[in-house]
Amino acid sequence: MDPLLFGDNQFFGINHMSEEKARNQAMRFQDVSAIMEVLDAAYDEGVRTFMCTTHDRVVEICDVMRANPERYKDFIFYPCMPYAHKYANAVTDHGMVGALTHFMPEGGMMSTIMKSGKVLASKDVEGIAEVLIDVEMKMFKGLNTPVIFMQNVFVDLLLGLGFTKVFRTFHDHVIRTYNAEPGFITMNTPMLYAALEAEGIENPIICSNINKIGFRMSGGLDAYLHTLKTKQIRAIAMSVLASGAIPPDEAVEWLSKQPNIQALLFGASSRRNIVGIRDLANKYMGANVQPRTEAVS
Amino acid sequence: MSNRIKIAVVGLGKMGLSHFSMVNAHPDVEAVACDASGFWVDILSKNTKANYYKDYAKMLDEAGLDAVVIATPSRAHDPMVRAALEKGLHVFCEKPFSLNWEEAMRLTELAESKNRVNQVGYHYRYVGAFREMKRLLDAGAIGTVTHVLAEAYGPVVLRENKKSWRTQKSEGGGCLYDYAAHPLNLLNWYFGEPARVSGSVLNSIFSSDIDDEVFSTLQFDGGPTAQLTVNWSDESHRKMTTRVSMIGTNGRLYADRQECQLYLRKPVEGLDGYIKGWNVKYTTELTEDPWFYLRGEEYSNQLDDFISAVRDGKSASPENSFRSAALTDKTIALIQADNEAAPQVLKPKIADTTAAKKRGWFGRG
Repeated sequence: MDPLLFGDNQFFGINHMSEEKARNQAMRFQDVSAIMEVLDAAYDEGVRTFMCTTHDRVVEICDVMRANPERYKDFIFYPCMPYAHKYANAVTDHGMVGALTHFMPEGGMMSTIMKSGKVLASKDVEGIAEVLIDVEMKMFKGLNTPVIFMQNVFVDLLLGLGFTKVFRTFHDHVIRTYNAEPGFITMNTPMLYAALEAEGIENPIICSNINKIGFRMSGGLDAYLHTLKTKQIRAIAMSVLASGAIPPDEAVEWLSKQPNIQALLFGASSRRNIVGIRDLANKYMGANVQPRTEAVS
Repeated sequence: MSNRIKIAVVGLGKMGLSHFSMVNAHPDVEAVACDASGFWVDILSKNTKANYYKDYAKMLDEAGLDAVVIATPSRAHDPMVRAALEKGLHVFCEKPFSLNWEEAMRLTELAESKNRVNQVGYHYRYVGAFREMKRLLDAGAIGTVTHVLAEAYGPVVLRENKKSWRTQKSEGGGCLYDYAAHPLNLLNWYFGEPARVSGSVLNSIFSSDIDDEVFSTLQFDGGPTAQLTVNWSDESHRKMTTRVSMIGTNGRLYADRQECQLYLRKPVEGLDGYIKGWNVKYTTELTEDPWFYLRGEEYSNQLDDFISAVRDGKSASPENSFRSAALTDKTIALIQADNEAAPQVLKPKIADTTAAKKRGWFGRG
C-alpha cells in the first residue's frame, strides 16, 4: 500500500466545514477535465493511489484512464462502495425492496428472488451482496484496484445492526472475485475491529479518522490508540487535520508517532497543497514519495 | 444484560433502520425492533442477535420494554404513541409528531401526566451550529431581531412518484411535513408560536397529490417576521440543506448544518470569543463525539439524550419534548389553513417529465 492516498471529497461537493465551499468545489469540478488536472498533479507528484467512492462521475475518470493506458499505467484505484446517497435516494423513490431490486441486473436470478417477495435465506443475502458489489465494480473494469473498500455509512449501519456477516461476505467476495484486499471505512474503529475479529477477519485494513484532537473518532481517542497499539491492524488515517483544526505540520508529526498506520488519506484541490502534504509525509513518516521522473515535460 | 434498558425501534424504513442501528449499538440498551412489512424483520432475525416482532400490540404485551422509538409513516404515530404511553413506556417519536396538533397536545398531556420521557426527532436542534445560534440569540447577540429567513432545499421529489409514503397526502407525506417542519421547528425554538401566518403557498411541482414547495410569512408577537421558503425538488443540493439567517439591531446571524456565522456591530458582554465584525464557528468544534457515529453526531446525540433520561429515571429529555413538537404541528396547521383560505391562483404549468425517467435514477444503464 502506498503511504499516501488521494481522496475524492473535494471533487463531489463534500466539505465538512462549509456548504458554500462545497458548492464552489462542485462548480469548479463540474467538468471531468478539472478533476483530471488535479489527479494529474497528484500522480506526477508521486501520489498515485486514488481512493474514490463509486460516484457516477468516477465513471468519467475511469474512461480517461482507460483511454490513456500508457500515461496511467501506475495509477491505482481504491474503490469505496456503495455511494450511499444513491441508495438513500433510491429508497425514497422505490421503497426498500424496490430499491434493492432496481440495483439487480434485470432478469438475473437475484432480481427474480427479490421480486418474488420471498425473503430470504442467508445464502440469498450473500448472493445479493455479491451482485451489488459486482454492479459497483463494473466501472473499474480493466483498471488496477488492489484494495476495495466498504463505505462508512454502510459499514457503520451494519455494525450497529450487528449484521456483521456481510463483512465476511464482502471480504471473501473481494478476495475471490477481484483478487484484491478488502478494506473497511468507519467512524467507529474500536467497535469495528472487535466485530471483524469476531468474524475471523484478521489484520484488517481499516480506514478512519485518526487525528490528535479525537475529532469524529467514536469510542474516543484513547480507545483508538489502544486498538492501534495492541491489535493487528492496517490503519489508514483520514481527517488527520481534523477539517483544518490542526496545523498540517503538527498533525502529520503526531500521526507519524502512532503505530500501525499504513497510509494517510487526504484531499486537496491544488498541486501546492498536494506537495505540502507529501513533503510532510516524507519528513515525518519516512514516506519517500517522489515525483514521477517521466512526468517532467 | 438485566441492567440495560430495553428499547424497541418501530418501523424499519430509512429513519427506523438507522435509529435501530444506533440504539442497538448503545452500551446501555437491549434493542428490539418491530416492522409490519417483514422484509427487514425476516433478514435481520436470521442474521443478528436482536429480537424482532411484526405485530406492534403483541410486542407491547410481551417484550418487557422500557421505551419505544417510533419511526413509522407519520399517519401511524398517534395510535402507536398512545398505546405505548398507556403501557407506561417512554416514547421517542419521529417528526412530524402528529398530523393533528390537537391530538399532539392530548398525547403531550398524557405523557406528562404519566411522567414518561417524551421526545421527538427534530435532530436540527442537536446540530452544533443551530444550537450555537440559539445560545447567541438568548444572549441577545444581535440585539432585537426583526428579520428572519428560514430555508430548506433538497432532492427528494425530482419526478412524479407514487410509491413512497412520503409523497402520499393520506400518509402524512409532502414537503411541508417532511422538509418545512425542520426550519419551522427551529423558528419555534428561537421565537415561540407565531401570532400571525400569512402569504402561505403550498405548490405541487412534480407530485400529483402533495406539495413540493412551501412559502409562508410568520410574524411573532413582539418579535421578528420570518419568511419560510422550502423546496424538496431541488437537485442542485446533494442532500437536505437547512439554513436560517437573521438580521437584528446589533448585527446578522446565520447558521446551517456546518457553521454559524455572526456579524456584530458591537461586542456583547458575556459572549467570550466573539468580536466586533465577523465571527465563524464550525459545527465540528461545537459538537461532542457520540458513543457511536452513523450519519451525523446530531442523530446519535438526540438518541443518547433520550436513552440517558430513561436510564436515569427522569421524566423528561433535555430537548424536543412532545410539547415543543406539538407547537410545530400547530404551526404547520396554521400554514395549511392560511393556504386553503387564500383565493385560488393558477399554479405554474410543469412540463411532462416522464421521458427523462427511462435513464434510471443514477444515470447508469
